[in-house]
Amino acid sequence: MSVPRFWRELDTRYNLIGSYCKITKTYHYPRRSFNPEAGRESIGSMEDYQFKGTGEIVSSTVVHQAQTGYEMFGPYCIAIIKLDEGPQITTQIVDCDPEIVRPGMKVKSVFRKLGEDSESGILHYGTKFILNEVSNLEEPEENIPDIEV
Amino acid sequence: MNGIVSYGAYVPSHKIETGEIASVWGADGSAWAKNLNVYSKSVPGPDEDVITIAVEATRQAMKRANLNGDLIGAIYTGSESHPYAVKPTSTIVAEAIGATPNLTAADFEFACKAGTAAIQTCLGMVGDKQIDNGIAIGVDTSQGAPGDALEYSASAGGGALVIGTKNVIAKINHTTSYTTDTPDFWRREGQKYPRHGGRFTGKPAFFKHVVSCGMMMMQKAGTEAKDYDYVVTHQPNGKFPIRAAKTLGFTKEQFETGLLTPRIGNTYSGAVFLGLAAILDIAKPGDRILAVAYGSGAGSDAFDITVTDEIAKMDRSETVEELISRMKIVNYATYAKYRGKLNMGASK
Repeated sequence: MSVPRFWRELDTRYNLIGSYCKITKTYHYPRRSFNPEAGRESIGSMEDYQFKGTGEIVSSTVVHQAQTGYEMFGPYCIAIIKLDEGPQITTQIVDCDPEIVRPGMKVKSVFRKLGEDSESGILHYGTKFILNEVSNLEEPEENIPDIEV
Repeated sequence: MNGIVSYGAYVPSHKIETGEIASVWGADGSAWAKNLNVYSKSVPGPDEDVITIAVEATRQAMKRANLNGDLIGAIYTGSESHPYAVKPTSTIVAEAIGATPNLTAADFEFACKAGTAAIQTCLGMVGDKQIDNGIAIGVDTSQGAPGDALEYSASAGGGALVIGTKNVIAKINHTTSYTTDTPDFWRREGQKYPRHGGRFTGKPAFFKHVVSCGMMMMQKAGTEAKDYDYVVTHQPNGKFPIRAAKTLGFTKEQFETGLLTPRIGNTYSGAVFLGLAAILDIAKPGDRILAVAYGSGAGSDAFDITVTDEIAKMDRSETVEELISRMKIVNYATYAKYRGKLNMGASK
């Protein structure tokens, strides 16, 4: 990714800056200048909004074949989460056993390194999510089918 | 009144036990743990570094005092493990707390005391009314070479202090420093791991500076050890700070709250910030604190602090103790993977 391309989206990635549509009273992430639901009326009615950074898991999966740059995490959890204000985003869930992540679990945002261009290239930082109160979670169910002996 | 308006802390959520490290090198783990008084050390995740820890600690400080970024006039980050050799950590922190663009920022380096030098700089800026609030950050993710004595203690963590004049939770009554050219520990440009002078890091380095600076501070403040409720010093291992505190006349009750190295390792520039945060987590109005940092090369900064009534109004949840209690143990293989000690070959 080119340096200016990442730099243009710093506040979106660092601080979860999205948009609020004053016409439909809905929240959008990432930032948009136009709300398709409200049509051309929304032009000029979209204002910046900083999301609180809290939400819950909608769906998740465990990635065993890590993509380039994520080898050190493997296996890791990628989830769709619904922010409290409404928008859904795809994100990595960190600092927990990826197998315990379940729909409905509460999450909150953290500031983490997202990647780097190369060993000598620019570092990319932004938002990932962690589970709230991991210590209260139940152990994951063993994924072993019942077999009658 | 100049002093601490708010504070924040961050420790990664993984740790490795001393015995696990020793087992890899065929060493006696319980002997190492006992000799260093370090039983486990924090391990940053693959996506954690000085910048992410600095942002987390600073965001906690901003949240505790309900501060907006536009109230911050300066950010100085002290560390010896900044991710960039050229490009400031502090500008990224500033952007992440919404403090840009009307502020000054810089990164400081003075081994383990760069963060406390940042506190002194903020005190000067605030005292001269150049800014309303400044943020001093001390954070490190330092490493010891595999098998080196430092590997048993070098860990990660840090803290942030908002220094200002309004709603001060802890007044900084006095500060003083003790600085000499003492080559006890260094890392050359481009080198991954630091080198040190072994036993030379003790008496002529850590003890001489910490004890001298602590005594100078009490002389300047007109105090004695018994006048303080808490003391926190730099803690490269779990033994040096105890011996230094006892030499200065302090008791276990005064130094145990701020002594975190036995459980989280040596967080370098973060050590005094985290120890002070652990004290502020439970401090009551009127409590008096002596903080003495140490940085190799070498120097000490001391602070004489009195907690004010404002601290009772602050939401002090998410304490350092809670951060430590959530830490989960990893083995040496995971630690080596997370800390970039694995050679991934030519394809990388």
